Amino acid sequence: MASGPYGKVSISVEECKGCGLCVESCPPQCLHLAPELSAYGVHPASYDGTGCTGCGICFYCCPEPGAIVVYKLRTPHPAMNQTRGEHAPAL
Amino acid sequence: MPEEISVTAQTSEFELTHAKSAVFYGLYERKADLKHRTHYCPGCGHGVVHKLIAEAIEDMKLQDNTILVSPVGCSVFAYYYFDVGNVQVAHGRAPAAATGIKRACPDKIVISYQGDGDLAAIGTAEIIHAANRGEKFTVIFVNNAIYGMTGGQMAPTTLVGQKTTTSPWGRRPVNEGFPLHMCELLSTLEAPVYVERVALSDNKNIMKARRAIRKALEIQRSGLGFSFVEILSPCPTIWGMEPVDARRWVAEKLIPAFPLKAFRDAKPVLPPDTPPPIRPVPEVLEIAGESTHVARKSAHQFQEMKIKIAGFGGQGVLLLGQILAEMGMREGLEVSWLPSYGPEMRSGSAHCHVCLSEQRIGSPLISQPDVLIAMNEISLRKFAPSVSPSGLILYNSNTLPADFEAPPAHIACVPASQIADMLGSAKVANMVLLGALLEATGSMSPETAKRVIADKVKRVELLEMNEKALETGAQYVDKEAWAEAQPDGFPY
Repeated sequence: MASGPYGKVSISVEECKGCGLCVESCPPQCLHLAPELSAYGVHPASYDGTGCTGCGICFYCCPEPGAIVVYKLRTPHPAMNQTRGEHAPAL
Repeated sequence: MPEEISVTAQTSEFELTHAKSAVFYGLYERKADLKHRTHYCPGCGHGVVHKLIAEAIEDMKLQDNTILVSPVGCSVFAYYYFDVGNVQVAHGRAPAAATGIKRACPDKIVISYQGDGDLAAIGTAEIIHAANRGEKFTVIFVNNAIYGMTGGQMAPTTLVGQKTTTSPWGRRPVNEGFPLHMCELLSTLEAPVYVERVALSDNKNIMKARRAIRKALEIQRSGLGFSFVEILSPCPTIWGMEPVDARRWVAEKLIPAFPLKAFRDAKPVLPPDTPPPIRPVPEVLEIAGESTHVARKSAHQFQEMKIKIAGFGGQGVLLLGQILAEMGMREGLEVSWLPSYGPEMRSGSAHCHVCLSEQRIGSPLISQPDVLIAMNEISLRKFAPSVSPSGLILYNSNTLPADFEAPPAHIACVPASQIADMLGSAKVANMVLLGALLEATGSMSPETAKRVIADKVKRVELLEMNEKALETGAQYVDKEAWAEAQPDGFPY
């Protein structure tokens, strides 16, 4: 299990339909379905607050275009910063 | 949600790497509520495929250059989501529409997005022929082995033994056939450049699907040819499973039946091709130079004249229409000729529609003709009521039938068959009526008619008979045919 602040994930409660695919897919298993219901009557996905590596796999597994936003810690060397779209997990 | 991190609270040490693509609209202007999210069920594969396509379009900078053809099925609303050019087409016809779009706009990236009911059932012919022609667009084929939108009927791709509402005891190959394997089928054709099947079964396969979609679009951008990506996709609602289980079912059941593979990844070798020269129509018809605008002789110069010609097959109904159309062409008019006939070439009833117009013709189909040429009684009774009230009916007989209720249109009775018979052949009855039509309407010149006929009839005696028929028809209608005189002095 990875730890440390390598990444962050933000989940929109308004857009999440609670399918749980991101929870199932997350390699470091840092997502869970919230115990409380959203206004739409589902248990939305939620980030534990630690463990995200910013890999982005949850973004690709999530069927909702805007439900998940992923951030990655900037590296000390600007050359190592990649632009958006080139962050697809190397699987 | 204490764990949730709001977007605005980001500090500069984090950079955004994955978010909603700009290729999606910010809000989806659909009729229903909930415009901030898609209509797809939780865990639906369409959403994932949408995201992969949107990301590819954005990264390849194709947003302003893409036309998405959405199908009938759950993904019918793709146009609500993708901020690109959109066309939504009839069930199964996306490859046909995409063919037209791509050929008309070869610089655009055209994507046909289809499900398995759309592509592999009602649209089988379209996809096979588009692939066989090597049309240079991309097909994204989302296969979930069932009809989703209509509530779970058996699809061509439904697995053997799979229960659906229309195969409640499971699909039986003896009765319903085997699942249709579209990738395998299409890869037997010579023309496709890229055919691959991927799946949304797990993280790794989703990333393979991402690569396949990008590759397909790259192939289209390079103009190489037809690219086809089949994506095995979960349908949790209709399969009656939790989304996570549905994804697993893709891996455990669908993939063994539909193996993942690049079936084709090569440029086809086409024989050398020299396209035929493109020439103007009058040149092809060898009437170049003849096409001149003729001043109409009567006060009834027309913007548009819609003519319906009807009779028995063999009476020269279709030929008369062709001659009228060709005359119009030679006189610089826009023309159309639309035949409509039954399977019987003789003794069946036939009719055709001819439009002659100063302007471009909107539709070659005529619902209210200005002129009806009725070569027999059946045609008169059938079509006379549809003639424009200010129109003209030319009827091939001495008199109207006794119990015929005459419509408001003017009727001229010309016994064309009898006249033709006296001239030597009943076959020139159509020319008698043509002569009558030209005389009655003044729409086109009889000289043009003679030139057209001379090009069609090679035997001198027949040509003379035809010309005589034209003249006789004109004389007859001039002197005798009017059922009633017009107060304004015009023939009709």
